[in-house]
Amino acid sequence: MSKTIIPFGPQHPVLPEPIHLSLTLEDEIVVEALPALGYVHRGLEKLCEIRDINQMIQVVERVCGICSKIHAQCFCLGLEKMMNVEPPPRAEYLRVVWSELHRIHSHLLWLGLFADSFGFEALFYQLWKIRERVMDINEATAGNRVIISVNVLGGVRRDLSAEQVRWITSQLNMVEQELKDLQSTILDDYTIRSRTVGKGILTREKAYELGAVGPTLRGSGVAQDCRQLGYSALKHLEFQPVVEQDGDSFARNKVRFLETLQSISLVRQALKGLPKGEIKTKFKGSPEGEAVSRVEQPRGELFYYFKANGTKNLERLRIRTPTFANIPPLAAMLPGIELADVPVIVLSIDPCISCTER
Amino acid sequence: MFKITPMTATVIKNLFTRKSTRPYPHVVREPFELARGELYIDINDCIFCSICERKCPSQCISVDKKKGLWTCDPFACVYCGICMGVCPTRCLHHKKTWRPVATEREMISMQGTPPKAKKKSSAGKEPEGM
Repeated sequence: MSKTIIPFGPQHPVLPEPIHLSLTLEDEIVVEALPALGYVHRGLEKLCEIRDINQMIQVVERVCGICSKIHAQCFCLGLEKMMNVEPPPRAEYLRVVWSELHRIHSHLLWLGLFADSFGFEALFYQLWKIRERVMDINEATAGNRVIISVNVLGGVRRDLSAEQVRWITSQLNMVEQELKDLQSTILDDYTIRSRTVGKGILTREKAYELGAVGPTLRGSGVAQDCRQLGYSALKHLEFQPVVEQDGDSFARNKVRFLETLQSISLVRQALKGLPKGEIKTKFKGSPEGEAVSRVEQPRGELFYYFKANGTKNLERLRIRTPTFANIPPLAAMLPGIELADVPVIVLSIDPCISCTER
Repeated sequence: MFKITPMTATVIKNLFTRKSTRPYPHVVREPFELARGELYIDINDCIFCSICERKCPSQCISVDKKKGLWTCDPFACVYCGICMGVCPTRCLHHKKTWRPVATEREMISMQGTPPKAKKKSSAGKEPEGM
């Protein structure tokens, strides 16, 4: 049978961001997928040469909208390590609270988009309705809904009052209850299972070999999560990575759903153990030398490399985002599947393209 | 064969609960106390020190000490609140609400009284830019 090449993207109803896949088909079956990037490159890394290290926090937050807080945290952790600055314990707990809130709203956004990708509109709206509670928590505590700008070098900029802690806990109880009401739909519904079970399989060996990260890796049975490193206050909290063995789209969906519930538990633990005291350590000087930092984003491992020369500006900043690592596994998942399943499988890695292109 | 899915119960429940959306702009949600909305300045308290201009990550603020003019490009402002935190006289604030939709690109310009180099003249130095 002759082969047909079909372009998928960069503009496609299912894609929130532009990625182009050149799909080679035999009849309706994909035999090869070649990804192409480069539609939303902004050159944010280069800005480190003209913006000082404090201003760069706001710049790196804009690398990715949906996990902005975690980008800023990764940036601060790396520079704090280089400058030997220890944030106060309360700031470390607050960083965990906000980063897990970001993980919750990112996963809820993705679960909604995933439902939308196979036409389950009712579930899509239901999940985004739940997500609004988390966005309200962000706005009420940090001032903004998405890019919350709470991190500074040496700590955080905003504190939580006892009243706010109680309010967040009550809101999260509602989020948890509403999510548990949807659990049987997300994990057992015929519509979801028929479109995801056995589709886009990534075996454990292949996932490891191709360097998959985050829920894509954990959905294939590898228990690897950067939060196991215990950065910020995570070392004091009870945490086990969520792992599924099947490696298909459904497994990745299940990992994200269970991680959302796990993040609610982590926020609750962090709020319960919130120590009293300062929220920022004062320091002087500029960074010098090299450092790396790794944190877990909703999509997987985020990696920052810093090179500083003792001035207020960094000499080099390199950002490796999780979607960059998950594109080779995506290209390996697609051969052998039907064209109609391509959008669902592309979405199953939770692609964040502007993040990847920086 | 008609089959009841787990989602059916949620959909039926939604029919008997109140709406999740509101008819914006006729009904507007009460803003949160700590929300970072539009930036404004109490220009009478401003000493035109230019710290906000230097610290702003998006470089949307410009301060002219000689003319006593403080200007902000609201289309470049990212609502981070850094300027508010570094201002020595605490004259910068965020409103709780967002700036309304604009049809023209206008800057926020506030004319204040230039410092007149009072301290400098008292210290016997030459007045700057006079």
